Amino acid sequence: MTRSSLWLAGAVAATVLGFAAPASAANPVRIGILWPLTGNAAAAGQASKAAVEVALDIINNPHPELANLPLAATGGLPNLGGAKIEITFVDHQGDPSTAQQLATRLVTQDKVHALMGAYQSSCSFTATAVAERHGVPFMVGESAALNITGRGFKWVFRGTPIASDYARTYMRFFAEMKGQGKKIESIAVVNENTDYGTSVSDAIEAEAKKSGVPVAIRIPYSASSTDVSAQVLQLKQRQPDVVIFISYTADAILYMKTMRNLDYRPPMVIGDDTGFSDPSFVPAVSDVAQGAMNRSAWDIGKPGSTTAKINEMYKAKTGRDLDDTSARNMQSFFALAEAIDRAGSTDPEKIRDALTKTDLKAEQLMMGYQGVKFDNTGQNVLAATYLIQLQGKQYQLVWPEATANAKLQWPMTGWTP
Amino acid sequence: MIAVQVIVGGLLLGAIYALFSSGLTLIWGMMNFINFAHGEFVMLGMYAALLVVVWLGGGPVTFGAAAAGALFALGAVIYLSLVRHVLRGPMLAQILSTFGLALLLRYAAFWWFSANYVSLPGNALSGTIAIGGIFIPVAQLVAGVAAIVLTLLLQLLLTRTLIGSALLAVAEDPGAAMLMGIRPDRIQALAWGLSAGSAGVAGALLATAYPWSPSVGETFGLIAFVVVAFGGFGSVLGSLYAGLIIGLIQAASAFWLGAIYKDVVVYALFVALLWLRPQGLMGKA
Repeated sequence: MTRSSLWLAGAVAATVLGFAAPASAANPVRIGILWPLTGNAAAAGQASKAAVEVALDIINNPHPELANLPLAATGGLPNLGGAKIEITFVDHQGDPSTAQQLATRLVTQDKVHALMGAYQSSCSFTATAVAERHGVPFMVGESAALNITGRGFKWVFRGTPIASDYARTYMRFFAEMKGQGKKIESIAVVNENTDYGTSVSDAIEAEAKKSGVPVAIRIPYSASSTDVSAQVLQLKQRQPDVVIFISYTADAILYMKTMRNLDYRPPMVIGDDTGFSDPSFVPAVSDVAQGAMNRSAWDIGKPGSTTAKINEMYKAKTGRDLDDTSARNMQSFFALAEAIDRAGSTDPEKIRDALTKTDLKAEQLMMGYQGVKFDNTGQNVLAATYLIQLQGKQYQLVWPEATANAKLQWPMTGWTP
Repeated sequence: MIAVQVIVGGLLLGAIYALFSSGLTLIWGMMNFINFAHGEFVMLGMYAALLVVVWLGGGPVTFGAAAAGALFALGAVIYLSLVRHVLRGPMLAQILSTFGLALLLRYAAFWWFSANYVSLPGNALSGTIAIGGIFIPVAQLVAGVAAIVLTLLLQLLLTRTLIGSALLAVAEDPGAAMLMGIRPDRIQALAWGLSAGSAGVAGALLATAYPWSPSVGETFGLIAFVVVAFGGFGSVLGSLYAGLIIGLIQAASAFWLGAIYKDVVVYALFVALLWLRPQGLMGKA
């Protein structure tokens, strides 16, 4: 080969590469997200959508001020030549069969490289089965039912803590409270009766049995109830020391108002996130549910911290503080994006492989998890949660004591001054 | 004592069911026209109450009257602009038109008010009274009593006034009514106004006690259909009794059997009643 032909080959290669690089950068990574954007849980779906849009901004544009988060400092995914992520949001309205159809459409027609969703556990359950069948990675953002993972699926990953994690947290909390002399002789579990409520209360009952805490009564109900007086009267009759609610939004608000109306105030109420974390919950009940507890892995943190900055971005977009449900979805989205970047490819098999090797440390996260690392069922084994309490017009982190920013009030005061 | 509490709660709930169902019975029973958007009228009544409270302030009388007025106007406009025209079409077109209207109103509300749950701010009806150990939320008490009074007024209007006779005449035979000097269009527009207006007032009363979002109309719409069929098509008194009975059965079965059984019990009794008496409690065979 002559010198000039070498030059020529070099020039051709440079031209090809030179054009190829921007061409591949222009090829976006497509992610399909399924949420209830209308229907009963629409508020939660819309809030999560706004949160993921903030995450998208952080990933697609340079945000050096958030440099501890993977992908924040750079624009796009560096290992894919700076490719941007594009999201297609679809609305399953909280209906599992719609979720299944839409997941199929996202895979076969929109040809997305990965899926995420689907808020209601029942919808995640059906949508993940589609992903498994088609071999597309599915990140379950925040659905808590046990049975979503553990079906032997290879393509399903879940960033959030799950029902049994929460149940164990509650029991650890009760044990500590009893140690401090609080009376917890029996608890009641009130659950909406789809996959979410049923699996969480099953897990709570199982853990309560292990820890020797009697469950005085379990009340399953339908979340679309317009009246919950009968359930509150059942509680009033049994007088449990703690009532745990596994509820969606309207029903959670209705329970708090009905308890006030029927003059029933147990020593403590714990909401299992979801309805209690919905943006409409606190404004609607802060005058009647003082001291109600909730779980959250999200804490806004001190001004200037990464979490506070994320919260400011979210607030500028929506006018509200970021809530736990949306924040867990956002964290799961970050974890998915980080794996896609590490895969350096949009090939589903490579993304799946990267997800199985995910190992994010606590300081790389926006949530109070110990990290993100998936076991062979796809469950994040380092997920954890805090307990928070409604004090005044907002939730304060009260447990574990080491991370608390306010003192736990026991018993709850409800509507009394 | 707790049994009395359950019964009182059931009756108060039933009274509100009765109020928003009486408007539906007016249209369905008397005009043979199924209005699938009735639950959405209730929903709009709730938002009308909220807007009045937020923009203008004012107590329950103000926002109740405003919701009734706004929905009366909307009902009449919907009749004149939509229903009047589809009445000439086939039955299926009639059914689908109000179904489409329901979706339009619901998603317009999603767009305008967002999907977030809202509640009325605390007002004169917040709080609860205790009588001999029975707790009665003021909002539900007022709503229940108002519902019974308004339902009875509607019944009187239909049976004791000239307007009522005209309404019945048009329902019976529009052609003959026209020959008697009644203008069917005006009368039907009035009926739609009354129907939507009573749904509006029921919505305003419900708003004092329940949180809601634009999808709430679905839930209330379904209950209204059951109450009307149970009570008998076209019978306002029938829907009052049916509302009270259904409220009571729901409360009692939820308390003694468990919340997840209450709808099973209600619908089982509903089907049984229709089997024994297809025209409903008070309907004419």
